[in-house]
Amino acid sequence: MAGLELLSDQGYRLDGRKASELRKVQARMSVFAQADGSAYLEQGNTKALAVVYGPHETRGSRSKSLHDRAVINCQYSMATFSTAERKRRPHGDRKSSEMSLHLKQTFEAAVLTELYPRSQIDIYVKILQADGGNYSACVNAATLALVDAGIPMRDYVCACTAGFVEDTPLADLCHAEESGGGTSLALALLPRSGNIALLQMDARLHQDHLDPLIEAAMTACKGLSKVLDGVVRQHLEEVSVLTRD
Amino acid sequence: MHGVRDDLRLDGRGCEDYRHMEIETDVVSNTDGSAKISLGHTDVLVGIKAEIGKPKPMVPNEGYLEFFVDCSANATPEFEGRGGEELGVELSNTLYKVFNNRHSVDLRSLCICPGENCWVLYVDVLLLQCDGNLFDAISIAIKAALFNTRIPKVHISEDEEGVKEIELSDDPYDCMRLNVENVPCIVTLCKIGQRYVVDATLQEKACSVASLLISVTHKGMVTCVRKMGGGSLDPESIFEMTEAGKRVGKALHAPLIELLQKEESLGKKRQKVGFLG
Repeated sequence: MAGLELLSDQGYRLDGRKASELRKVQARMSVFAQADGSAYLEQGNTKALAVVYGPHETRGSRSKSLHDRAVINCQYSMATFSTAERKRRPHGDRKSSEMSLHLKQTFEAAVLTELYPRSQIDIYVKILQADGGNYSACVNAATLALVDAGIPMRDYVCACTAGFVEDTPLADLCHAEESGGGTSLALALLPRSGNIALLQMDARLHQDHLDPLIEAAMTACKGLSKVLDGVVRQHLEEVSVLTRD
Repeated sequence: MHGVRDDLRLDGRGCEDYRHMEIETDVVSNTDGSAKISLGHTDVLVGIKAEIGKPKPMVPNEGYLEFFVDCSANATPEFEGRGGEELGVELSNTLYKVFNNRHSVDLRSLCICPGENCWVLYVDVLLLQCDGNLFDAISIAIKAALFNTRIPKVHISEDEEGVKEIELSDDPYDCMRLNVENVPCIVTLCKIGQRYVVDATLQEKACSVASLLISVTHKGMVTCVRKMGGGSLDPESIFEMTEAGKRVGKALHAPLIELLQKEESLGKKRQKVGFLG
């Protein structure tokens, strides 16, 4: 492959990580006071902000509400300054609509929607800086926001991307690795049960390589779930200390 | 409303006091300049990207600014989809009037090659939380972001056929800064009963009849006045409000520039907090 080497001979990637190493994850919950739940997550250089409103009465047409479950409404948008080249429309283009549908599908699997019939839960995600793994950062931030809003879920939803270079699976791709033209797989996982909420892959891949790739992504997601759990517990400690007296 | 008569508002402020303000610059690394401001519960993020474009035919030796306000669904669910467009368009039109002229920003410094190339600054405003007083927060954030903007220096080389080639310098520190001395700040005054308040929250705005928007430079010069809202104001109160606005606006600039310079002097040692703090 001409151009940059995604994996050097010593086993180092473009940004100095090893093949199965994740980027640094930092997160904070309750960033906004006005929303029901909010969270900010940084995965390397990708920054995502998620805000949750709900559960509330179905806005707009009554026909959209379901008699036995809550409707989950997602919107994915990117800030115009988030990509290297300025993006003209923050949302409404095909890619954003596709991402919104994926997010909806992911969270319908995790949120206990049967508890809130005829109501609606809104999840709005904004990417402030895009450096690969946009979908994963969104899912992770939205999970934290849902926990912050107090909406019951089956499990944390953790997402990660994985790629494949010369028989080695790479976990957590950055933008240069994603756009390099190689394989890229996005996986959203419910860690405790090991159930997959969403699986998406682009580009060609040999059948024998599929299993190790999914394995690598699942391991990365399990690692991420520990980080998210730590963030939630720390936030709970902070909040309980403040409200104790 | 009755408290306002006695100079005491719901949260204990006086009529001309601002809420607690937090400003941070350089929060988004993809941009050439950025700033984040929290004014009470109003959160605004501004990112500036500089691109090379063609200057306007009427003014060939000046660059220009392009504004885009994105009222994101984060602020309220009503802004989902195209709901926030109306407010966004109104905000960006006012910003054009206030900022995109040669008195506020030295547009001639944005020129590369008169008539052919110039810098276009795309100022993108992202509204994250709305709790009243959007214009003030946006204008302060824009001033901070312009202060933080670093535009790469450009070398123009001409080859034999007369075709000009533009080269951006590779050195990330070799850049041009903008002079933000004359950039105005917007002060919004809302009329409640017989008195007016500065920095109104959404609740106070709902009680007010009309509001006056004044953009003031650091010398106390008024560059733009606009009346917003449905009610009517009598000329005397407009005069009073303009005087108060000038006073408040002038007092905003000096601490802001001082704070920005202090932040910059911390240099690399500064820990970037962003939303994590």
